[in-house]
Amino acid sequence: MKLPIYLDYAATTPVDPRVAEKMMQFLTMDGQFGNPASRSHRFGWQAEEAVEIARSQIAELVNADPREIVFTSGATESNNLAIKGAAEFYHKKGKHLITVKTEHKAVLDTMRQLERDGFDVTYLDVEANGLVDLTKLEQAMRSDTTVISIMMVNNEIGVVQDVAAIGELCRSKGIIFHVDAAQATGKVAIDLQQLKVDLMSFSGHKTYGPKGIGALFVRRKPRIRLEAQTHGGGHERGMRSGTLATHQIVAMGEAFRLAKEEMAAEQQRITALRDRLWNGIKDIEQVFLNGDAKARVPNITNVSFNYVEGESLIMALKDIAVSSGSACTSASLEPSYVLRALGLSDELAHSSIRFSIGRFTTEEQIDHTIKIVHEAIAKLREMSPLWDMYKDGIDLNTVAWVAH
Amino acid sequence: MAYSNKVIDHYENPRNVGSFAKDDPSVATGMVGAPACGDVMKLQIKVNEQGVIEDAKFKTYGCGSAIASSSLVTEWVKGKTLDEAQQIKNTDIAQELALPPVKIHCSILAEDAIKAAIADYKQKRGG
Repeated sequence: MKLPIYLDYAATTPVDPRVAEKMMQFLTMDGQFGNPASRSHRFGWQAEEAVEIARSQIAELVNADPREIVFTSGATESNNLAIKGAAEFYHKKGKHLITVKTEHKAVLDTMRQLERDGFDVTYLDVEANGLVDLTKLEQAMRSDTTVISIMMVNNEIGVVQDVAAIGELCRSKGIIFHVDAAQATGKVAIDLQQLKVDLMSFSGHKTYGPKGIGALFVRRKPRIRLEAQTHGGGHERGMRSGTLATHQIVAMGEAFRLAKEEMAAEQQRITALRDRLWNGIKDIEQVFLNGDAKARVPNITNVSFNYVEGESLIMALKDIAVSSGSACTSASLEPSYVLRALGLSDELAHSSIRFSIGRFTTEEQIDHTIKIVHEAIAKLREMSPLWDMYKDGIDLNTVAWVAH
Repeated sequence: MAYSNKVIDHYENPRNVGSFAKDDPSVATGMVGAPACGDVMKLQIKVNEQGVIEDAKFKTYGCGSAIASSSLVTEWVKGKTLDEAQQIKNTDIAQELALPPVKIHCSILAEDAIKAAIADYKQKRGG
């Protein structure tokens, strides 16, 4: 078995070889390298045709009209364009926005910027299972609320919000609803004919496409308008100027086509691997699954191993590529804000590991992971004073810690 | 996080992991840090009648450099008098392990652990 084992598909996926093959046909002199905006020769026409096929492939995965798809550089840009674009365009209607504390930084930081620009933002709490309470959401809505942004699948814990119900609520109040679906494509069925979603962000590299490409769905009926954030040649119906990256767009289209074709079988396979992983580790003492046990995607499993610190666990799991909610993987001393928003204690938040499974994960890799996790937890607990205290029956909340 | 080979060595082969009996009068314990900050170090020293640290053990909950820092100081304090051990500086620990800037607090914690253990010993002996 090749080591290390990649179990960080929620961070990024490798490009599917079939996608890479397609992508390479749009780069060199022998390929279709033309500028899709060139109207005067066949190099441009061919590239434009390829872009439009990709646009349709992306629209098909989410049951949208191809004319509702705007290409961007990734989900971060899509989130910026959607939230800033709509907030600014409709600012005369109101200047109140709502989002959720567990959103990706691309949404939270965009909201912070809008606050500096004079908007008022409500950051909703989530329940202990990571889900938004609809009653609380409704209570936060005001007559001057213009945009609500809530992600479909959480990148750290994998919980799936009830986008259908939230959409109905937003529509009934005439509020624009933006959904960051970067982690959702190919994992959960998305039907934009049914969902009352006005804006939806997509990413190429979370779904076996390349990095540096994304898309934003902008609903036509009822029509949603945006203030452009990037100005220039008026590409993408004026919403996002800049020469279209044909090779990346074609690759994202192919990746989304494969996602649609293979989603059912793939999710079944990944669910089986997830169950195998969880069944292999759940009997370790003081192990907790983070986020709702049912409303979740199968590919993300976020687990806290109590009394073991996340970064040292990652070091012990050096043959497995995973990520941690521990602060020690970043420069700050604060553990994951997502796990803290669920109300997890600091110890549990510091002790979390996100395993994310994907298209190329095998049973053998999962079995090896289970074995390494058992060894690492045993080793680190042997070394952990907190584990000793737990075993001695000491409540850690009653200890007078010397904080630093 | 790119760690030095010394950190990785101490992390993978930690020296002197364990505990002494708490009721042994020659044993003193220093526990510093907090779970909320992501690291807790427990350093125990065994001091002989001449005031020399004969043995040391640690248990640490924390990142790789916290574990390495505590492992290193158990080696360093052994054979030192309390006064000598008191002189160990976090900068020496950080330099020995080539800790990256964001991990300097781990070396500070290790220095604090030594001081806390010594203070505990002195208190036990009636100041």
